[in-house]
Amino acid sequence: MLQQDHEILTKPIIEIKKLHKSFGSNNHVLKGITLQVKAGENLIMLGKSGSGKSIIIKCLVGLLAADKGSLKVFDTDITKLDCTQLNILRLRMGFLFQNSALYDSMTVRQNLEFPLKRHSAELTDAEVEKEVEEVLKSVGLIEAIDKMPSELSGGMRKRVGLARTLILKPEIIFYDEPTTGLDPITSREISKLILSIQKKNNTTSMIITHDMACAKLTGDRIVILRDGVIYLEGTYRELENSKDEWVHSFFE
Amino acid sequence: MTSYLKDVFTNTGNVSLFTASFFKSVLKQPFELKEFANQCYLLGYKALPLVGITGFIMGLVLTLQSRPTMVKFGAEAWLPGMVALSLIKEVAPIITALICAGKISSGIGAELGSMKVTEQIDAMEVSAINPFKYLVETRVLATTLMVPLLVVFADCIGILGGYIGMNIHSDVNLFRYLSQILESLTFLDIMPATIKTFFFGFLIGLIGCYKGFTASNGTASVGKAANSAVVAASLSIFIVDMMAVQLTDILYK
Repeated sequence: MLQQDHEILTKPIIEIKKLHKSFGSNNHVLKGITLQVKAGENLIMLGKSGSGKSIIIKCLVGLLAADKGSLKVFDTDITKLDCTQLNILRLRMGFLFQNSALYDSMTVRQNLEFPLKRHSAELTDAEVEKEVEEVLKSVGLIEAIDKMPSELSGGMRKRVGLARTLILKPEIIFYDEPTTGLDPITSREISKLILSIQKKNNTTSMIITHDMACAKLTGDRIVILRDGVIYLEGTYRELENSKDEWVHSFFE
Repeated sequence: MTSYLKDVFTNTGNVSLFTASFFKSVLKQPFELKEFANQCYLLGYKALPLVGITGFIMGLVLTLQSRPTMVKFGAEAWLPGMVALSLIKEVAPIITALICAGKISSGIGAELGSMKVTEQIDAMEVSAINPFKYLVETRVLATTLMVPLLVVFADCIGILGGYIGMNIHSDVNLFRYLSQILESLTFLDIMPATIKTFFFGFLIGLIGCYKGFTASNGTASVGKAANSAVVAASLSIFIVDMMAVQLTDILYK
């Protein structure tokens, strides 16, 4: 386990209790997930494809409705909120999609301006531009500011997606497979970027990944999902030395 | 059979809910005026050449085709009035609406469908922007406003086409031609035909948006959304047209 030099508070910022979610009558994906994430912590979620990792974070931002259970974020149960209240809470959360989900009819600049202009109406055009440039510099992509998303490589798209997430200064960031489909060097760069963002802004992160290098570099704690429940949790080192053969297979 | 019926009812219910949520939120703040203007430009202005060409051809062909029959009855002088009447009452609205269903409805279906599949709509939602307001409302309002304008444009160009058609066989003065048309038109010919085009525009936008917005995940569903948007929009245009004509018939008997 690498030594993390950021502060983790004991207070949980995300609390999931007995979360159930099924699709159709015979596809019961989540069967009672109970999980806490502390403020300032980087939590890694591992599990086979289709085990419901993405569904958990989609439930947390309200993209999917939970069937049963409670989902507390910032001490508020999001299952009980209406649309307006949920949107207020969403401004404090960021979400990096697996395929970056950049708006492909807009340039990189417009992609970043889009959420900012809507939520910070008091900013002048010059201030918006400054913010956009700053956040692009922080992900190291200022030269791509006037490009269209289709002109960018996979790694660049991830960075722009991350910049768009960061521009609203979220306190929690959900990463859905941030390094999938990238070469090892770019993956490592993205992992380092995640870590540096976390140090700089002291955000809390939930990271879904299959990339063990990313998990090792960024994770404070790892949880493994199996058959719709949390199978095991611990630090990277603890799980790496686990006697459980199934868990061990992730680290091979 | 039961699953088919279930699908039909589910779809009908979903379309109704989608339409209801449109009317519920359309008057609520914030108004996306800039995006609305942008969509008016993209959906309306960009369709001008296509609508213009078809409008011209409709007017020209209608004149040339009707001419022999009219001449046989010695009613050649009625030709401009008849062509203008058929253009304004039926041909221009329905042909323009069908062209828009093909061009605009499928475009919206494919665009929103691919945004849905690539999670762009979800991305909008998690950044606390209402995608329904930004994407659906602006497009539906734009088509509701633009399709009637395109129909008026097609009417004008069609009448011009008719003038050229007249001049192929005989020599007609433009002012004479226009005054013959104006003499034969009444307010009751123009109004119902114009009102129905707003419904055409609304349906073209709404169906395209519904199909795109509800595309299930996977790239195949994008093509399906575009395709079924055209089919559903075209069919509903004919149905609304039939209803409009029947209604006008009852009201102005």
